Amino acid sequence: MVLAATNKAAAALGLVPGRALADARARVPDLVVLDHAPTADAVLLDWLVMACEVYSPAVAPAPPYGLVIDIAGCTHFFGHDETRLRDDLAARLARFGLTAQLALADTPEAALALARHGEADDDVRLLPVEALAIGGEDHLALRRAGLRTIGDLADRPRTALAARFGEGMTDRLARLLGEIDGRITPHRSLPAVHEEARFAEPLNHVDSAFGVIGELAELACTTLRERALGARRLTASLFRSDGHVARIMIETATPSRDPVLLMRLFREKLGSLNDPLDPGFGYDMIRLAVDHAEPLASTQLDLNGGSATDQPLATLVGRLANRFGRDRITRFASGDSYIPEQAAFELSAIDPPLPQRWSEPEPGEPPLRPLHLFDPPQRVDVIAAVPDGPPLRFRWRRRLHHVLRYEGPERIAPEWWQRQHGHEPGRHGLSRDYYRIEDAHGRRFWLFRHGLYGSEKVDPDWYMHGIFA
Amino acid sequence: MNIISLDSHRAALATGTGEPTACRAGEMPWERSIAPAALHEIFAADEIEEGAAAAFALLLGWRHRPGRDRPLFWVREQASLRRHGRLYAPGLAELGIDPAQLMQAQLPDPVAVLRAGADIARTGGVGAVVIELAGRPKALDLTASRRLSLAAAQSGALVLVLRLDATPSPSACWSRWQVAAAPSRPLAAQAPGTPCFDVTLLRLRGGPAGMQYRLEWDRDAQAFHDTPLSGGMAALVAERTDPPARQLGG
Repeated sequence: MVLAATNKAAAALGLVPGRALADARARVPDLVVLDHAPTADAVLLDWLVMACEVYSPAVAPAPPYGLVIDIAGCTHFFGHDETRLRDDLAARLARFGLTAQLALADTPEAALALARHGEADDDVRLLPVEALAIGGEDHLALRRAGLRTIGDLADRPRTALAARFGEGMTDRLARLLGEIDGRITPHRSLPAVHEEARFAEPLNHVDSAFGVIGELAELACTTLRERALGARRLTASLFRSDGHVARIMIETATPSRDPVLLMRLFREKLGSLNDPLDPGFGYDMIRLAVDHAEPLASTQLDLNGGSATDQPLATLVGRLANRFGRDRITRFASGDSYIPEQAAFELSAIDPPLPQRWSEPEPGEPPLRPLHLFDPPQRVDVIAAVPDGPPLRFRWRRRLHHVLRYEGPERIAPEWWQRQHGHEPGRHGLSRDYYRIEDAHGRRFWLFRHGLYGSEKVDPDWYMHGIFA
Repeated sequence: MNIISLDSHRAALATGTGEPTACRAGEMPWERSIAPAALHEIFAADEIEEGAAAAFALLLGWRHRPGRDRPLFWVREQASLRRHGRLYAPGLAELGIDPAQLMQAQLPDPVAVLRAGADIARTGGVGAVVIELAGRPKALDLTASRRLSLAAAQSGALVLVLRLDATPSPSACWSRWQVAAAPSRPLAAQAPGTPCFDVTLLRLRGGPAGMQYRLEWDRDAQAFHDTPLSGGMAALVAERTDPPARQLGG
C-alpha cells in the first residue's frame, strides 16, 4: 500500500504521496492513515464546483484535486480586482475547512500549473518542467538536457522540441505561456440568460429570497423580451454562505416571459419540495438562470388591455407538472408496432406534442381494442373445448366467467426481427391468439393464448390483456 | 369574490335545469340530467364493473364537454394503474375519442388527485375532467365535492367523479349514476357487439331518480342509443315523460 495523499503536517515530515505505507509507518509510528476513497473525493469536488459557482457560472472540475473558475467579466463585485476575489475564495474555502492552492492566470492550464507547482504570484516561466504534465519520462529527459524550467523551454525553437517530444508538448507549452487562448468546459452549460444578486449581509428569510428571485425574474424577462425569446426551463440557485447550494428548477409548457407566471411556478415547486428550503446562515447570492429558451415573438395586447399570454391550458399543464413531477402529467404518443402494449406510449404533457397516428375504426364495427390495457398481462385459468380453440370459461380475480360470445382468434405474431437469432426456426418467440370475449353478464374482455398449441408450446398459458368498454 | 362565484354557479344551475344551452345531435331525455358545468358522480355497480363505469364516465365526458376542441383530463391515483390497467390510446380511438385530446395525471395519493382535479376543473378551456377515486378517501368530503362543483360552474367544464369500490355518500353532485356492463347486441357469428351499459340514475338534484336505462354507444354518431330493456319497464316510463312523445300523443 502506498500513500495517496498527505496533509500539510505529514508533508512537513517528508511524507509525500507515492511513498510506501510501511516506510511511512517506520518513519512516523503514530501516523493516522485513512483508506483512500476516490468516489468520496469526486463527490466533494463536485460539491465544491457547485459552491464555486457563486463566483462565476463557468466552473470546471479538474480531477482529481483541482477546479478551474473562469472569472472573466465576473470581478465587478470585487471592484474589478482579481486578487480580492481570490482572497474571498481563500477565506470561503478556509471556512469549509479546506486547504487550497489558488492561482490566477490567463489560461486554465497556466492557472492549474501555477496552483500545483508554484507559489502565489509566481511567473509561469519559473515553474519546473513538471508543470507541463506530459509524463515522467519526458520530464526526466528534459532535466537531463539541462532544461529545468518552463522559461528554459520557452526560449528554445519549438520545432526541435516538437520533433523530440511531439506536438502535444509544444501545444501544452504554448497554453502555459498564454500564447494560445484556452477555454474551460464548464460543469453545467452556460445559460441563455442569467441574472444574479449578491448581498453584503446574508439573506436569512426564504420569503425575502423569493422576493429577490421575483426581481431577477423581471430582469430576465426584460432580456428575454429584447431577444424575442421565451423561457422553457429556469433554475434558481440559492448559494448559502456555508457552501450549500439549493437549486429550484421549473419548466413551462410553452415559452414564457411572464414574471408573474414564472414566480407562481416557483412557488408551486417550492411547495412540493421534499426538503424545504433551509436558509441556515443565510444566502449570500441568488442566481436565476434561463437554461433553455425558445423563440417567442411579441404579441399584441387586446384592445381592452387583457394579458397577452392568456393560455390557461398551457399554464395549467406547467403548473401541474412542476407541482407533481413532469412524468405524472402525460399525453399519448403513438408507437410503431403491432404488439399491443407497444402501440401507444405516454409522454410528459409539458413537452411539445408529437403527431399522433391512430388507425381509423371501420364504421359499424365494434371496438377491436380494449379501453384499459394491463401491462404486464395478467395470468388467467382458462377452460377451452379444444386446446387451440376459444375459451369456454375462465377464472380471473377469483371469479368464474362463462363465455357467451367471442370473436377470434386475431393472431399477432412476435417481432422476430427484433430478437437475437429470431430468424432461426423455433426461436422467433411466441405468437399470441387474441379473443374478444363477452361473458354472460355483458362484460367484455380481451384474452390471449400465449403460444400456438402444438407447434410453439405444448401447454400454452392464457392471459387477460385488457377490458373493453 | 366568493359571492361572484356563487352567483355564476347559480346562473349555471339555472341553465342546467331550464333550457339546455347546447342541444346535441341525438340527445336522449336522460341526457338532460347531465347539466353542463356541474359535478356528476358515477359509481361502479360492482368490483367487476369498474371497467364499464370508467368507460361510461369517459364517453359521457367526451360527449358532453362544452366545446369540440376542449380537451379531456383523466386524474387518477398511481396505485389504480396496477388494478385497472392503463388507458389504451388505440382503444380510445376505437370508441371515437381522439387520444390527442386526452391528458392524464397519475398522482401519488387521493389528496393530490382532488387538488389537481379541482385545479383542472377551475381552468378555462378544459372540456371535462374525470376524477377517479377508489374506496372512500377521507379527503373526499362535502367540502371537496362542493369545491369541485363550484370550480365546474366557474370554468364551464364537466366534472365527473368516478367512484370505484365505493357506496354513495352525501355530496354536492348534480346527478349520481350507477353503471354496469350489459350484454351487447351480438353481431354475425355470435361476436360481441358495440358497448352496452346498464345505467341507473341514483340521484338528480330537483328531479326524479331511480330510472334505469340500457344504453348502447354508437361511435359513428358519437351518441348513446336506447336499447330495449328486457327486464324492468323503468326505461319505458322515462320515455313517456319525454316531450316529443307527448306531442305525438296530442
